Amino acid sequence: MHKKTLQRIRRVLAAIFFLGITLMFLDFSGTLHKFLGWMAKAQFLPAVLALNFVVIAILLIITLLFGRIYCSVICPLGVFQDGVAHVHNWKKKNRYTFSKAHNILRYTMLGVFVVTLVAGLNSIAALLAPYSAYGRIVQSLFAPVWQWINNGLASLSEHFNSYAFYSKEVWMRSLPTLIIAAVTLVVIVILSWRNGRTYCNNICPVGTFLSFFSRFSWFKMHINEEKCIQCGLCTKNCKASCIDGQNGFVDYSRCVTCGNCMAVCPKEAIEYKHFKGNPTPVGANNHSPVPDDKQLDTETVDTGKRAFLIGSAVALGTAAFAQEKKKVDGGLAAIKDKVIPERTVPIVPAGAGSLQRFRTHCTGCQLCVSQCPNDVLRPSTDLMHLMQPVMSYERGWCRPECTACSDVCPTGAILKLLKEEKAVTKKGQAYWVSQNCIVTANGIPCGNCARHCPAMAIEMVPKRGDETGKLLIPSINESKCVGCGACEYVCPARPLSAIVVNGVEQQRTI
Amino acid sequence: MKDITRRDFLKLLGAGTVATAATMTGCQNGGDLTPTGTIQPQKGQMTYRKNPKTGDKVSLLGFGMMRLPVIESEAPKGASGREAKSAPIDQEMVNKMVDKAIEYGVNYFDTSPVYCQGRSEKATGIALSRHKRDSYYLATKMSNFAPGTWPREESIKMFHNSLKELQTDYIDYMLLHSVGGGKDGMEMLRQRYYDNGILDFLLEQREKGVIRNLGFSYHGDVKVFDYLLSRHDEYKWDFVQIEMNYLDWHFAHEIEEENTRADYLYNELDKRKIPAVIMEPLLGGRLANVPDHIVREMKKREPERSVASWAFRFCGTFPNVLTSLSGMTYMDHLDDNLATHCPLKPLTAEELNFLEDIAKKIYDLKNIPCTACQYCMPCPFGLDIPGIFSHYNKCIKEGNFAKSQDESDYKKMRRAFLIGYDRSVPKLRQADHCTHCGECVHHCPQRINIPETMQMVNDYVEKLKQGTL
Repeated sequence: MHKKTLQRIRRVLAAIFFLGITLMFLDFSGTLHKFLGWMAKAQFLPAVLALNFVVIAILLIITLLFGRIYCSVICPLGVFQDGVAHVHNWKKKNRYTFSKAHNILRYTMLGVFVVTLVAGLNSIAALLAPYSAYGRIVQSLFAPVWQWINNGLASLSEHFNSYAFYSKEVWMRSLPTLIIAAVTLVVIVILSWRNGRTYCNNICPVGTFLSFFSRFSWFKMHINEEKCIQCGLCTKNCKASCIDGQNGFVDYSRCVTCGNCMAVCPKEAIEYKHFKGNPTPVGANNHSPVPDDKQLDTETVDTGKRAFLIGSAVALGTAAFAQEKKKVDGGLAAIKDKVIPERTVPIVPAGAGSLQRFRTHCTGCQLCVSQCPNDVLRPSTDLMHLMQPVMSYERGWCRPECTACSDVCPTGAILKLLKEEKAVTKKGQAYWVSQNCIVTANGIPCGNCARHCPAMAIEMVPKRGDETGKLLIPSINESKCVGCGACEYVCPARPLSAIVVNGVEQQRTI
Repeated sequence: MKDITRRDFLKLLGAGTVATAATMTGCQNGGDLTPTGTIQPQKGQMTYRKNPKTGDKVSLLGFGMMRLPVIESEAPKGASGREAKSAPIDQEMVNKMVDKAIEYGVNYFDTSPVYCQGRSEKATGIALSRHKRDSYYLATKMSNFAPGTWPREESIKMFHNSLKELQTDYIDYMLLHSVGGGKDGMEMLRQRYYDNGILDFLLEQREKGVIRNLGFSYHGDVKVFDYLLSRHDEYKWDFVQIEMNYLDWHFAHEIEEENTRADYLYNELDKRKIPAVIMEPLLGGRLANVPDHIVREMKKREPERSVASWAFRFCGTFPNVLTSLSGMTYMDHLDDNLATHCPLKPLTAEELNFLEDIAKKIYDLKNIPCTACQYCMPCPFGLDIPGIFSHYNKCIKEGNFAKSQDESDYKKMRRAFLIGYDRSVPKLRQADHCTHCGECVHHCPQRINIPETMQMVNDYVEKLKQGTL
């Protein structure tokens, strides 16, 4: 095997996964997920949450065979970090050093992660999870750019009377999520710029979990001591800081099998092969003194942790101010923007089952949010369920023919539904707010809610005490209402609709 | 929406040029072809009609000041389509167009206090005051859309304001604006012009010479038209403004039940020798914007003339027509109309038959008969009524109107309809937001039942979206 073969194969596969997942998040037309949806479902944490034992088994077997190639090929956040580190390589080569594993830190992180997940505090667990962190970055930060470019093309295609592109409104779905995504991005870029895989080997719970298996993997990096001239190039090119070239030691718990060491070794002394030998004890103390920038390394991690915490704190502080602004209008009557009504029970996508079930399965990756064609889904700003999707009907309603969110959800938080099932799934209940209704408040006949209810759950009945008999008010048949929000969306009362949907704790078929 | 009309209009012109270029290559003699290949207006060749009372020589092409150009770059940010119409009027362009119109012999300018969101009279005044007052005739109206302007003092104020805005001390052609509208046409006429003595006021002004000709513009309830004509001996109407074009000639009633066929209206005026001023000769541009197969038929006959020219030649063929008003927004509208009218070539009997055929074909398209006059606007709930209808019609015209999912082009048509809908009308101004309040219905001169039509459009959209067509 050529010394660069492993590196090349890894790069090609990583590029495929990385671009595939990124494009899937960016594509809002609902076409790509049919081809790429499996890439999200192949992610480790979503597979665990979905109890997808087949995927979990495959990933573990792969790890037991080849080491943590999951981290350098399948995980989009891992590949993203490699990209950042690679850019830095252009400026400064051979800049890595070996460091000891920071076991206390990484096991604490894994512990926190597992505990929060089990406790149902998914929003905290989601801060640490790699795939959903990357999803949030793409959806919150890259997607707007993508959409602006698309909108440019859309106006161009409009100019040429073509329907190849259509414009997509760019709007901020949640400020806290945006801030968290931005902070995550900054932290990840800084960490990977300075020290490669710092996040993966100290914070990432998936990485730490896989490390238990990778240290026993069948194929490993092996330093052939006969060939090795102890030049230290491998150490200086190890993004995971896991090779101690001087002592011929590789920490397999941290090695992500990227193949860079093989590629740089002038003597082809590093081989990727099966060999007998005891896996090195984790964080073995019997090895060479830790290089002098250990201090730095730890510090970086601490900075990272701090940044995470600060990020959440900022998010908390700003959530209350996430309000929409009024736009100026032309010769048409001004339309006030709708305000999100208070919903005592949040509305979650059809297929969520119960709120409880949904919340313990969702990692807040934003894939469903990025795919919602009706601008209904957005990340929750509620502290306990931060970043998990909720629905609201100011910009559209949950249309009966659409199953986009249930088609893409990789964690099984939103179960896959057929159109027919979705149309009859009760995810909320509409109720009438008499003081907002233009019929009661202004004496103007309307009936728009009844006219647009796809479930035929609303009928207009005479208002009590109206002598003219012309004023009709909505009568909502609870047993038919599915909570799709068509009534709330088309209600002319602004900024607060006169017919509002509340979520239900337990979804059901009607 | 207006933009789309313009673009398509230009496209048609463009197509015309191509067709003509092809003819030129084939025809060595060239005939009376000009270098650009299309018919050019000839200065001093404008066709005029004589006002029997005053002897005014009125140009057969009249300039309607209802669709004046705006500075689109100054439209409110994010405004699209119709919203851009609230942008400031492009006075410089208005001046240029008026200058050119006058240069080529146009001398009839028709405005009203409510056009262009109330800014038309002022713009007209500015443009025309740069010319000698006796080189043009001014027409304006006693408008009636806001009941707040109905009291006598308010009406007189409106009249004096018209004089002020138009920078003149007399009006050549004064009209009662759009009689026949309202829930009850006769009742509205009584309240608006009789009870407050405003009709008498206008008659007095005519006596005094402040108004040189008095007439009315009519849409809608035919009882009002018949009634006012029945009192012609008393009022001596100098002219009457009616909606006439080759589609409404026979089909006005079929298109909207409450409307009256234009042939009836014209013949009633002709019987009494009252000159007819024509409005909507192009149906708000719809007759310039017809499906390709109709364009082809027209171009086969008159490759050098525009599609719109047929509509003007139709009106101009009737001898009792004093002038045809065209609401020209762009210089190329004016150029084309000048080419048609300098001089006007009347239609032959055979060509009239041809247009009747075309009218039947257009009627069969089942368009929504909206002319985008904007009388219905603003909708209190923010809908862009003309924008929605125009998109619907555009899709029919361009063959993007699927009748069932089984059609071979269904996917393409669905995409064009839905994407185009969001492009031409912002989501919150689309048909699904119509509350059926009915505010608009009585303003529509075409008597379109707007709420029902909105529901029809929305049902169609829902079928496309849900895949149940």
